[in-house]
Amino acid sequence: MSQQENGPVMRPWLDPDAVPFIRIRNITKKFGAFTAVNNVTLDIYHNELFCLLGGSGCGKSTLLRMLSGFEQPTDGSIEIDGQDMAGMSPCDRPTNMMFQSYALFPHMSVEKNIAYGLKRDRLPRGEIADRVAEILKLVQLEEYGTRKPAQLSGGQRQRVALARSLVKKPKVLLLDEPLGALDKKLREETQFELVNIQETLGVTFIVVTHDQEEAMSISTRIGVMDQGKIIQVGEPREIYEFPQSRFVADFIGSVNMFEGQVIKDTQSKVVIHCPDAQMDIEVSHGVSCASAQKVAFAIRPEKIQMSRTKPKKALNLTRGVVQEIAYLGNLSIYHVVLDSGKAVRVTRPNLERADEHAVTWEDRVYLYWDGTAGVVLNT
Amino acid sequence: MQRKSRLVLIAAILGFIFLYAPMVSLVIFSFNKSKLVTVWGGFSTKWYGELFQNAQILNAAGLSLRIAVISASLALVIGTIAAFVLVRFGRFRGRNLLTGMITSPLVMPDVIIGLSLLLMFVAMQNLIGWPNRGMTTIIIAHATFGAAYVAVVVQSRLRDMDLSVEEAAADLGAGAVRVFFDITLPIISPALISGWLLSFTLSMDDLVITSFVSGPGSSTLPMVIFSKVRLGVSPDINALATIIILIVSVGVIGAALAMRKKDMPHG
Repeated sequence: MSQQENGPVMRPWLDPDAVPFIRIRNITKKFGAFTAVNNVTLDIYHNELFCLLGGSGCGKSTLLRMLSGFEQPTDGSIEIDGQDMAGMSPCDRPTNMMFQSYALFPHMSVEKNIAYGLKRDRLPRGEIADRVAEILKLVQLEEYGTRKPAQLSGGQRQRVALARSLVKKPKVLLLDEPLGALDKKLREETQFELVNIQETLGVTFIVVTHDQEEAMSISTRIGVMDQGKIIQVGEPREIYEFPQSRFVADFIGSVNMFEGQVIKDTQSKVVIHCPDAQMDIEVSHGVSCASAQKVAFAIRPEKIQMSRTKPKKALNLTRGVVQEIAYLGNLSIYHVVLDSGKAVRVTRPNLERADEHAVTWEDRVYLYWDGTAGVVLNT
Repeated sequence: MQRKSRLVLIAAILGFIFLYAPMVSLVIFSFNKSKLVTVWGGFSTKWYGELFQNAQILNAAGLSLRIAVISASLALVIGTIAAFVLVRFGRFRGRNLLTGMITSPLVMPDVIIGLSLLLMFVAMQNLIGWPNRGMTTIIIAHATFGAAYVAVVVQSRLRDMDLSVEEAAADLGAGAVRVFFDITLPIISPALISGWLLSFTLSMDDLVITSFVSGPGSSTLPMVIFSKVRLGVSPDINALATIIILIVSVGVIGAALAMRKKDMPHG
């Protein structure tokens, strides 16, 4: 919310004149014959909470370690706040890192852990004490200053690690799976805390995560990585609703994918012949593709309507049998097998507490959606 | 369950008797009044008094202590450097050779180590006139096998250590030297302490290697005891052995506590 106070432009990536805070240009990192990061170019703006999202081994951590200075790029350049980072060691960079293992110093108390970076800057003792007290208050650990890391719970350790990396007021904070070691409930609480702290301090955060839900809920923008490359960069909604490739559509959330062939391609609509879906799917927006090209139509499970009676008006309509239902409380997941044999995933919110007319096993149902419900992917 | 736990108890008692009965009898007989080692003649501490008037034994004990302290400290430095090279330098040419060399004193018979060291010292003295056989050669010999034990202990500690802790310190603005003294050294300190204590005790205890490399006038405590025992056991040796048992147990228990204190999570 507070980002609105920072100025009229709260989404600098939409402004062509905005100056990026971090410029990553054609960066490549090779370990022997293996290319961990492959020619990545990326702009990150001041005050962003940018998530690098990808599976294990996709190069996201290596990219982070190059920003922090623990790895030297094989090729390319990194610039932070107008300053070239080439050859600069981790201790001189305007970045701090929060490690996945937290990397707390086991032989030092919480206070000493946090004060360590300030002492290296040779700050006066009074100022160190003030800043440690201030940051301990921010992460709500005032009472725990004299404890050793081994005497803290996982969540508390995570906050000490956060405090220690923030206390030097870095220009950029790099976080490697910051919530990875916490259990689900605590993770959700901590997500909001993390966002609050980021907004309070106005530090640019770059977060590495493999958890797409986490990335969606905290970030201003997400960069999806695969095999050392950035596949797509965008706001969470953009990534979810307008994926540009099969990989992104499949990686973020769940999706139903229908392979087909373009049979009609005009300015305002496309028709795709999909034998799997037993119909010609109509999409009401133009797609830049050749006629007769093989494409995929991707639609999210919650965008599909379902009913036992035939809808009066439906642009895209198909039929199937409910084979599996997973009741998750707030919503239910239905596996509907079309007559072609293709299984489709549909989710419906459970709006009624006791819905007697709800669709049940072995029901024959109609599935339908309008022309804007899905996207056409040709890569 | 009841029967099983009783069985375990009996086994434990038998085991402890097997291990400690000889030492306990030695401690008891050190307080024997009689001059005959095997006949109990009433409680007395006179052998302790006699022991402390025996200049030969006291000199030997002093020499052994000095050798143990110096060689353990040398072993600590050499062994720690070796452990760092093995754990941190990744794969390099001759790494397997170094691993083998470092651990060989652990498995090599003492006689062979002693003999080879003696041959080397003799050759060196012929070539460069150093070292003279005596305290120096004993220290070098003890540091050699002590370093092997230190390297093994420190290696395992270093391997368990989370590297990102050092990276975190560097990230917060510490240079390489600062990282070592602020972070690495305190974290591996239990291993350093127990490595030092281990090589100290081994040095205090060693007879075979020492006999090979020592020279005239440099008899360590084990050598003196061994030569005395060959002429018949005198009760003051029991008193001396009791004191040594006391020192060694304090050392071993101290090392164990140092290791445990760091490993146990608090609270």
